[in-house]
Amino acid sequence: MIYRRMFGLPSWRANQPFADLEQIRRQMDRLWEGVTGERVHSRTAGVFPLVNLSEDMDNYYLRAELPGVGSNALDIQVDAKTISLSGERKIAAEGEDIKYHRRERDAGKFSRMISLPGDIEPDKATANLKHGLLKIVVPKAEAVKPRQINVS
Amino acid sequence: MTTPGNQELQVKEKQEVASTAEATRPGVVFTPDVDIFENENELILLADIPGVEAEALKIDLRDDTLTLSASVEPEDITGEEALLTEYQSGHYYRQFNLSEIIDQEKIEAQLTDGVLRLTLPKVAKATPRKITVQAG
Repeated sequence: MIYRRMFGLPSWRANQPFADLEQIRRQMDRLWEGVTGERVHSRTAGVFPLVNLSEDMDNYYLRAELPGVGSNALDIQVDAKTISLSGERKIAAEGEDIKYHRRERDAGKFSRMISLPGDIEPDKATANLKHGLLKIVVPKAEAVKPRQINVS
Repeated sequence: MTTPGNQELQVKEKQEVASTAEATRPGVVFTPDVDIFENENELILLADIPGVEAEALKIDLRDDTLTLSASVEPEDITGEEALLTEYQSGHYYRQFNLSEIIDQEKIEAQLTDGVLRLTLPKVAKATPRKITVQAG
């Protein structure tokens, strides 16, 4: 479940409020792994792809990094409260006489469902995939948008 | 690591570059995942660098060291409030020592869907020549 943050926190750099802490966390994780040899469980949902979800008054924005996935290999489904991302990342077979020096990239299927904290309008959702970066913009349902109330 | 077939893709957190030199650009720098393989004539490198425009990618080859350096424009998200942040955006940097001599004129680079394909043709090896000795 995704929870709204209760209060805004001051940031050191624009748009990267916890960047310094993230770096320290990663270094601590590496230290821990070095000492005990056990993998630290990541704080994410642990499902590919990792996403960043944000909102403003009118829309929800979902971003994901999907290198090597073309728009026809990606399936996005939106319903009243969830976004489903699924697809397959393929790595082309290269040929017969190939010797690998390094193999770090993965290929395979992925499927992930993200529940949104409020209702949305699925018909007006748009998605954009460029340079391997996916951005989905989903407008919030009218009933759920915050409204200004004027004091007379 | 992975077998070909219908395996589910696993989550891999991005690895940050652990460098001693200070970066001149602000922001985090990550090490992109690469596949490196060769066939008889060329060395091929595939790197995952999502979010990089072709102009922001610098490929440098000198003294047998290949350096990939890509800057990523952070997206303008003023007015948006983050609900869930599972990954960070940052620049990419990686260096390799090449054991082969590369024909620099014929290097090709292609950037599609956030994947860089770098083709480095090897210099044709000098064919061994038989040297006959004249008896004199």
